[in-house]
Amino acid sequence: MNTILKTSIGRKIAMALSAFFLMFFLLMHLTINLLSVFSPDAFNTASHFMGTNPLIQFIMQPILIFGVLFHFVMGFVLELKNRKATAVKYVKNNGAANASWMSRNMIYSGIAILAFIVLHFKQFWMHEINYKYIAHETPNATRYYEELVKVFENPITVAVYVIAFIFLALHLLHGFKSAFQSMGIPAIRKKTFETCGKIYAIGVPAGFIIVALYHYFNQ
Amino acid sequence: MNLTLQIWRQKGPNDKGQMVDYKVNDISEHMSFLEMIDVLNEQLVASGDEPVAFDHDCREGICGMCSMYINGEAHGPDRGITTCQLHMRMFNDGDTITIEPFRAAAFPVIKDLVVDRTAFERIQQAGGFISVNTSGNTQDANALPISKHDADEAMDAATCIGCGACVATCKNSSAMLFVGAKVSQYALLPQGQIEATDRAANMVAQMDLEGFGNCTNTGACEVECPKGISLTNIARLNRELMKAACKS
Repeated sequence: MNTILKTSIGRKIAMALSAFFLMFFLLMHLTINLLSVFSPDAFNTASHFMGTNPLIQFIMQPILIFGVLFHFVMGFVLELKNRKATAVKYVKNNGAANASWMSRNMIYSGIAILAFIVLHFKQFWMHEINYKYIAHETPNATRYYEELVKVFENPITVAVYVIAFIFLALHLLHGFKSAFQSMGIPAIRKKTFETCGKIYAIGVPAGFIIVALYHYFNQ
Repeated sequence: MNLTLQIWRQKGPNDKGQMVDYKVNDISEHMSFLEMIDVLNEQLVASGDEPVAFDHDCREGICGMCSMYINGEAHGPDRGITTCQLHMRMFNDGDTITIEPFRAAAFPVIKDLVVDRTAFERIQQAGGFISVNTSGNTQDANALPISKHDADEAMDAATCIGCGACVATCKNSSAMLFVGAKVSQYALLPQGQIEATDRAANMVAQMDLEGFGNCTNTGACEVECPKGISLTNIARLNRELMKAACKS
């Protein structure tokens, strides 16, 4: 098992496994965000649970941070290795003739998502850390909805949010099916996973965008 | 038709190399691409210049030697073909055609359009074979029943001619389609089971050692493969490697 991790295929399987974890997390995040559209109380309850439950805070959250960092670091490592393997570039290369834009530019859509995550951490996560562990504010189970609405008052924030999730959709349009291919899915299941990939890659980012736009236009 | 050719000229492995423009006239649309290069070379020889060095052998799409990157695509703009099967009817009078060698760190240029693809041979030597006792008591092949589906899939994988178009067209210079095909053709047959664990592990280790890149599943290799080798072979290689890792 140790040997496989040192191979190029091992690295690609590790990328796929971290991608599965992140895709599961995204689905969970979207479910909670959607609650804010239908029921502010349910959104507050879910957010308070996620923000105060020790299992989530001290076990799941570090795992999530590790998963995000691992996926990005491994992505950059693979990119550097691949650049080394293609030492001399073609004078003329028609990449669009045989592969999608999404598949050829995963590193760039990934960098755009990373930039957004840094912003997102600063906006939400750092605020949470400060509120709970630095400023030691009084726990308030009903503050989350108000904070969310306040963030989406700013049109620039909403615009950045929408652009970031378009990049996420582009990343997932290749990433979803690529992760399953890396795990060696049999040919008979390939079409099914490709269809599921398109639904997930468009549906999940669209869900996040709808939540942001709903709160912006519902001020 | 009259054409302008922009061809990569490189005197040797250590030469810097550059694109050089040539004119060729009265090219028939029925010619193959290699015949067009033959016309150019006759022109160059007649004028006392060095002809363009390029790999070729069978000229019927079987040997996989012709390795040109034409107008930004391995084996040119047509699909399911090698360069020798590319017809000039795919181009128009007055076109400018760029011709480059296959590019990959693991495929160094020897001269002009000729690249060293012996890395593929070393990968094959690492595990692309089965050990058969040929002492005179060789078992009749028909004594081992194999399902039609598996036989067809193994045959499809075995049609890989090792031309290197998959590597040349991959943005990462990955050799996964080649190795996937070579592992699959045995993984599907009972004769290949005995060495299955070592085969996948050893061939992948050699592939990495040769300096090929990491596959990111763009699928460009499948599109450009002259023999239509499917990405499912890469998925099977991944499964074979995982099985090998679990067994070891």
